[in-house]
Amino acid sequence: MRRRTALGLLASGLFLDALAQAPAPRIVAISARKFEFTPAEVTLKAGEPVVLVLTAEDVEMGFSLPELKLQADIPPGKPARLAFTPQRPGQYEYHCDVFCGEGHEDMTGVIKVIA
Amino acid sequence: MHGLNRRTFLKIAGFGGVVFASGLARGAGGYAAAADEFFFVQLSDTHWGFQGAPNPEATKTLPMAVAAVNALDPQPDFIVFTGDLTHTTDDPAERRKRLGEFKSIVSKLNVKTVRFMPGEHDASLDRGEAYREFFGPTHYTFDHKGVHFIALDNVSDPAAKIGDEQLAWLEADLKKQPAEARIVVLTHRPLFPLYPQWDWATRDGERAIELLMPHRNVTVFYGHIHQENHFKTGHIEHHSAKSLIFPLPAAGSVPKRAPIAWDPAQPYRGLGFRQVEAETQPVEYKLTEFPVVKA
Repeated sequence: MRRRTALGLLASGLFLDALAQAPAPRIVAISARKFEFTPAEVTLKAGEPVVLVLTAEDVEMGFSLPELKLQADIPPGKPARLAFTPQRPGQYEYHCDVFCGEGHEDMTGVIKVIA
Repeated sequence: MHGLNRRTFLKIAGFGGVVFASGLARGAGGYAAAADEFFFVQLSDTHWGFQGAPNPEATKTLPMAVAAVNALDPQPDFIVFTGDLTHTTDDPAERRKRLGEFKSIVSKLNVKTVRFMPGEHDASLDRGEAYREFFGPTHYTFDHKGVHFIALDNVSDPAAKIGDEQLAWLEADLKKQPAEARIVVLTHRPLFPLYPQWDWATRDGERAIELLMPHRNVTVFYGHIHQENHFKTGHIEHHSAKSLIFPLPAAGSVPKRAPIAWDPAQPYRGLGFRQVEAETQPVEYKLTEFPVVKA
């Protein structure tokens, strides 16, 4: 019992220590309005944790990046958050996947992941 | 009988395209023997109201397609439009104007049994409200000569979902069908994730496919991608139709999903409609692609 408690304390101590040392994720804000994302191009570093904070300014929007398995619906007034760590350098196009009007099909953006 | 007459006509007119045989025969002979052969015509993605360089003849294309269908001899048993009847507009009054004009043009089809369904351009901005005013329910079933047809709506929800309620309706309907029933699903978007990067998918389409899977003879006809595509999920075949406004490139073949440019030397290239011949011995669907204008 005592040994397990000691191990548990040690483990949780190590965990807290690791947490303290982990870099805080980078916050990247992307806003969506008819029919564009701002910014439409985002550059991220491979291996760097990131949280996308997505907001819709007018109507409900969607954010879809199938290659990185990222998807969120974005109701106006209710920001969506997507946490991930990009691994492979490259260019990844995202698009709005909630039909929002005449320019919906051109509503895209790019995430560039650099080494 | 139909097939022979029509093929003779095609040979004389030089009007037909590629014939695609979609085989389904998997022990359904007994059931199929009770059914009659027939054919229907599928038109899709007419986008009435579209204006732009990809089709400078946009106001002529739909009337020409109507004339081409009326020239078929013999005439099909019925005609289906698998969505995007109109091009989207943010103006509800203009949406209704386009739906009304479309309805008026297709009323000139000689065959009066015409089944409609919406695309996202018709229905996603008002959850199908204007569409229903002109064409009624967005999902429904009908039976024809031994084939059970199911029209599925994967566009009235702007997030491209069929939704729990409609899936429950589909499940209840399929429970009434024997496993060997011949089932044809008509819808707008692909039910399988053909290319989600270009929004060529239905978010919960795989749930519909799961429900259909126990049935041995299921074929899906859809539109949305403005080109032919033939794909199988298990034993279920999925066939997309050409558009009647502009063709789109093959999935992922170019960086951007953009219409293929109009070629003045070959106007209407890549546009067309298809007829679907439902045969019983063996159980299969023969697809014949037609251009808008004679070659």
